[in-house]
This record gives sequence, structure tokens and C-alpha cells, in this order.
Amino acid sequence: MSTRTAGLGALALAALALLALVPRLGNAYYLALAISLLQYTVLATAWGLFSGPTRYVSLATTAFFGVGAYTVAVLGEILPWPLVLLIAAALGAIVAAIVGLSTLRLSGVYFVIFTFGLTELIRQLVVWFEVNKSRVLGRYVFVNITQADIYWQLLALTAAVFLLGWLIARSRLGFALRVIGEDETVAKHCGINTTFAKVALFTISATIMTLVGAIMAPRWTYIEPSIAFNSMISFQVLIMALLGGAHRLWGPVLGAVPLTLLFELLSARFPNTFTIILGCIFLLIVYMLPRGVAGLFEKLSTTSAGKTTQRVAT
Amino acid sequence: MSQGSQTRVLEIDGLRRAFGGLVAVNDLGFSVEQGEIMGLLGPNGSGKTTALNLISGVLRPDAGTIRLMGQDIAGLASYRIARLGLARTFQLVRVLDGMDCRENIKAGLAFQKPHLPAAEAELRIDTLLHRVGLAGHDLRLAANLTYIDRKRLELARALAAKPRLLLLDEWLAGLNPSELAIGIDLIRSLKADGITIVLVEHVMAAVRALCDRCIVMSSGRKIADGATADVLSDAAVVKAYLGGVVADA
Repeated sequence: MSTRTAGLGALALAALALLALVPRLGNAYYLALAISLLQYTVLATAWGLFSGPTRYVSLATTAFFGVGAYTVAVLGEILPWPLVLLIAAALGAIVAAIVGLSTLRLSGVYFVIFTFGLTELIRQLVVWFEVNKSRVLGRYVFVNITQADIYWQLLALTAAVFLLGWLIARSRLGFALRVIGEDETVAKHCGINTTFAKVALFTISATIMTLVGAIMAPRWTYIEPSIAFNSMISFQVLIMALLGGAHRLWGPVLGAVPLTLLFELLSARFPNTFTIILGCIFLLIVYMLPRGVAGLFEKLSTTSAGKTTQRVAT
Repeated sequence: MSQGSQTRVLEIDGLRRAFGGLVAVNDLGFSVEQGEIMGLLGPNGSGKTTALNLISGVLRPDAGTIRLMGQDIAGLASYRIARLGLARTFQLVRVLDGMDCRENIKAGLAFQKPHLPAAEAELRIDTLLHRVGLAGHDLRLAANLTYIDRKRLELARALAAKPRLLLLDEWLAGLNPSELAIGIDLIRSLKADGITIVLVEHVMAAVRALCDRCIVMSSGRKIADGATADVLSDAAVVKAYLGGVVADA
């Protein structure tokens, strides 16, 4: 087991080193595409960190992404970059903790609707503040960050999110979340403080999403609430994580990569019917692959290799 | 009443809970001594499960006290009560379907404080699997178990925490005669370990075989409390169960 872990770690490091070379290719289109791929990989994996084990479907991805992006829009020119990222992360964590404490008592469809409403609420709050207080709607982002810088930051965040996910899965908190996902009543009677466990992981996941928003913000030179809080991101991340299989740490990336490429193609070729096609893809995934690509792999490997592989390590 | 309060595991007084106009548990009071198996009986809808839910913290009582080892637990969150040494099973058996048997039992002991070292925890899981008759089923998914094995697994999970008090909600229901005999032996063996048990049960053979003492509820109130044989022949109890026809006991 430990040799296998070490092997996987070495493989991951090698992949990381190789991926870090992408900006050296000097092709602006590939770099932009790689940024999109990483952005959705991190978002979908972070989504899966919380929603995978608990099976709470969250549509709040956009809310946190937007908080991150807007923090950069407001503070990006005033403060040094690492400090801006730190403040964005802290803001995301605070919002997530407040939201988590007030909503994680909800379950099922009520939680889904609330998280969707939350995005809209935060967006309207930002609009209200900008119109009435700061009297600017839309801000220019002039920071000294190149596309390559964005890429490397996202790559570092990708590595961090996988490492974090791996550690959580092996921790008592990770196990608690799985028990909660199986049966919340049983979890409580096993002595699990379910509220704390859920809020903790929701906050971790949301902080990562906020950081993605902050890192991505310099990509646009101009930000307004409808750009930063584009609810399409929530839905895309959800579809990606479900396609890949949110119950495994490595699942969401299997959905994020093909779908990012597909959306790239579709939005270029069919800009007007894009949402309709998106909806159809969503339906297909839910009906055809209820446990995602990861689930399909597991099924194939168990049927071919017998029952011994039923306990595939995450 | 004669015994000292240090051996009293559970002590309930003036417990009440209403749902709108329906008073499901009304001024309920009883106590359970260390090492005792107490039966909680009554017709359907008499408030037995509500009483268990109040004790285990699923519901908050409107009034009354619940003392577990002398500490008032009325209104505490379920997870706190669980950490104070109360474990339970459910009327409709609840196991963690997506996990294997080992993980199911691990769920029962991983969140108790102080935390056990991993090796010791594994050892305890082995013992429990063996104890409930699931030895060798370590890696079987709970979803693939038969009905009685699911019940066994649920019991093992409840026992994992080494509870001071175990609440069994119709744990013997739905078993065939030979399984019932196995189940009764299993619960009796728990008594030998000194675990205090409150069980809600409709299977009278099991009640007679296991319970030292019974209380009977009807419409939320306690109508009888005493040694099992006495309680089962009590006129008020017979009336509550059979609607006034006096049966030969």
C-alpha cells in the first residue's frame, strides 16, 4: 500500500512538472484552453470534496467564484497580490461558514434551491453596493499578472486540492462525511457532530472555489456582477462532477476535461443553441451514467477482476 | 427505588412530548438499573418509539428530565448523547449500505472519545463481527446482506461504542423462529457483559425470555410497571392490548 502510494505520488509529481511546461509552448490558444481545463478541474474537484460524500447538491459554486473575482476587482490594484488572494480566501471561508451554519440543516431539494438563490442574493448585494455606495457598476482589473502566471497558480491550486482531498479522505472527518452521506440519522447516533463536519467541509470546498475566482479575475480586464456571478458556472461544474463521478476524488477531473473541451467547441460553433445542448447533455449523463465515469470504471474492473477489487482505494 | 442512585443507568421523570394536539408521551417516568433488561411494551401508537426518540435525542421533550448515569440529557443533541454512552438500533433497520461490514462497525466506534489507536480498533471490530455471527463477512457490502445479517450488523455497530445503555427498537421483529432463537441468545449474552438494555418489542416470547422488568404504555401514559410475568397478566394491560377481552395468561 505504501509503495503504491509512493508510486502514485511520484507519478503525480512527474505529471505536475510536465504540465508546468505548457506556457513554454508559446501558443496563446493552447494556454487559454489549458487555463479553462484547470479552472474547471479545480472547481469540479472542490465541488466533489463536499457534495461527493454528503450527496448535498450545491449550486453555490458561482457565488464563491464571484466573491473571489470581485475581491480582486476591488483590491487588486491596492494591495500586493498574495495578500489579495489571502483576503479573497478568508472572505470565501467566512461567507461559506455563515451560509453553511444557516442552511446545512436543510436537505434534499431545499438545499439545492437555497444555494441557487444564494448566488443571486450575493450578486444583487454587490450590484446594490456598487450602485448606491461606490457608484461604479463594473470595474477594470489592472494587475500585473500574465496568462502564464494564472496558469501556474491554477496548477499549484490543482495540486493542493488533490493533496487536500487525499488527506481528508484518509481522515476521521472524511469518514464522518461518508457516514453522513449514507445515513445522517445513523451518523448522529454514532456520535458524529454532523453540523460541524458538514460546515467544515463546505467551507474548505468553498474557499478553494473562491481562490479560483480570484486567480481567474485578471483574465478579464473588465468585471461586472453579471460576469463574475454567472450562474452557468455552477451548472457546468455540477455536470462535470456528475459525469466524472463525485464519489471519488479523481472522479470530477474525468468529467471536467472532456466537458470543458466540448463546451469550448459548442460555444464556438453553436453560440445560440449552447444552453439547449447543455441541458440535453445533462439529461443524458444523469440517465446513462448515474455513478459517473468513475463508477463505470469501477464496474468494469470489478466484473473483470472479480470481487477482490471491490474495495478500490481512493 | 430501594437501590442506590449510582447503579441507576437511566432515570426518567415527568417526560412529555406533544405533536400539535396529540400528546404522544404524557408524564412518563421510570428508571432502569445497571445490568437490567427492561421491556417497553404497548399497542401501536402508544408512544414507545417516541419515548426512545426522546431518550436518544432525536426529539426534544416539552417537559421532564432524562438522566443517563445521573447526568440530565433531556434536549441534548443526539451526537452528544451518543458520546455519553447511549447506543440504539432502529425500528426499520438502518445500516450503511454503501460500506462494508468493517466500515459499518468502525462508524460506531470511530467518533467516541477517547479515540482508540487503529490497531486496537481493528481488533475490536474483529471481536464484534465474531460476536454477532458475521465473522468472515468483513468486506461484504452491507447492501448485500440478508435481513438478519443486517440486523446483526446494526447491533454490532451499536455495541462498538461499548454503550452504558442500549436501546433496541423492535430488533427481533421480522425474524423467523430459528433466527429469533439466535437473536434472543445474542441479547441475553449482552446482559452477561453487563450492558443495560431497554427494548421495545412486540414478540412476546422474546419479552418473556429476556426482560427482567417491563413497563407498558397506552396512549402516551405508563399503565403498568413491574416484573415481566406480573405485568403481562395485569388486567389493565390485557385491556389495552386486547380491547377488554380477558385472556388467560
